Formats: sequence, C-alpha cells, structure tokens
Amino acid sequence: MKIEIRYFAAFREATGIASEPVDTQAETTAALFAECIDRYPALRNYSASLVAVNDEMADWEHALANGDEVLFFPPVAGG
Amino acid sequence: MFRITSQPIDLAAVRSQLLDTGCGAYVQFEGWVRDHNEGQQVLRLEYEVYEPLAIREGQRILDEAIQCFGLRKVTAIHRSGMLELTDVAVIVGAASPHRGEAFDGCRYIIDQLKSRLPIWKKEHYANGMAEWVNCQRCAEAGHQHEQ
Repeated sequence: MKIEIRYFAAFREATGIASEPVDTQAETTAALFAECIDRYPALRNYSASLVAVNDEMADWEHALANGDEVLFFPPVAGG
Repeated sequence: MFRITSQPIDLAAVRSQLLDTGCGAYVQFEGWVRDHNEGQQVLRLEYEVYEPLAIREGQRILDEAIQCFGLRKVTAIHRSGMLELTDVAVIVGAASPHRGEAFDGCRYIIDQLKSRLPIWKKEHYANGMAEWVNCQRCAEAGHQHEQ
C-alpha cells in the first residue's frame, strides 16, 4: 500500500528529507518506522518518539491503511 | 483558548482577557529563554511547531484543566520560530474563584504542554553549534530536565 511519511525536527535532519511517499507492506506504525530505520540508521538514536496518522496522535500498534499520511515526531520539547 | 504565534506575546492582553468578576485568583506562568542549559552557553532558541496537531492538543489540555481543577478562565500561547534571550516562549494564564485551583491548574497546563505538544526546541550555542533538545536524553540519564 502507498503511505506518505513526514519527518519533523531532528528526524527531518537525520533523514535529510521532510516527506516521502513509500510503497510498503508494513501493517503497523511500528513496522513502518522499523523500515525507516533500515533506510536511515540515524533514526535509531532516538527513543520515546511519537507518531500521528492523518493528523491524529496514534500508537505504535496502529494499523495502516492505503493512502494514510504518517507523521514521525522525535521526542518533543515544548516550553 | 490555545494558540501558536510567531510574534512576541502581548502579556498584558493575556491577563486582561481573563478578568472575571467571579474569580478571586489569577496565576500566570511565563517560560523565558535562558542563557544556559546542561553546561552550554545558549544564545537563542528556535521552536519548530506542527501547528495542526499542536493547536488541537493544546486546546484539549486547557479543556482538561477546566474540568479537573475548576478553573473559570484559561489561556495559553506558545511561540514558534527564533527567540532571543529573555523572550517569552510560552505563557499560561489560569483564573479561578480561589488560589488553590489557579496554582494547581496552571501547573498542570504547563507540564502537559511541555510533554504532549508536537513542538521541538533547537538551542543555538556560543560555540557555534546548534542542537535539538532531547528530553529523552535526560530521562535516560535519570535526572529531571532542568527547564
């Protein structure tokens, strides 16, 4: 299925891109992120990251559907 | 109401819009840009915000505070973009009939804003380097983030 991935802040700098379309067999957000780490090993250095799907916060078990937009957030640091 | 702005925050306006004849207490928190962090001399901060989600989650936090602490009026504003030393990065205002709710509710709001909003902070240092602040790094080191 086709998924649009967006990277923010440190993730964008680690991957060198803000977004990319992927064709994937990953069934969950966690599986999709694991694929990203394979492509961009620098992402491995981050834990406690957050994920959102179609502009809603999601968890790492979230089931992906064709056409989803998945947002990967490095650990947040507001305030 | 929660909002994100790239412009300096009008502090007096935050207070005046929360004035309420039923409230006897008002607590306002300001987060300032500080000149040091974890041994580094900080020159300025840069905030990246994913606004669609930050605004929705920020409003949710304010609604929770009203529900849980009995606040009458609340507002919070977070900056985006480049900030200089002593600039106000975030402000929270909480008004309630009595001071206990205002203190507790204000504390709840700022703590939740810091941990739940898709906002990232890049520190620019005197040595020319710049780094994204990673709170997880502190959690792993087993100490409270000094903020």
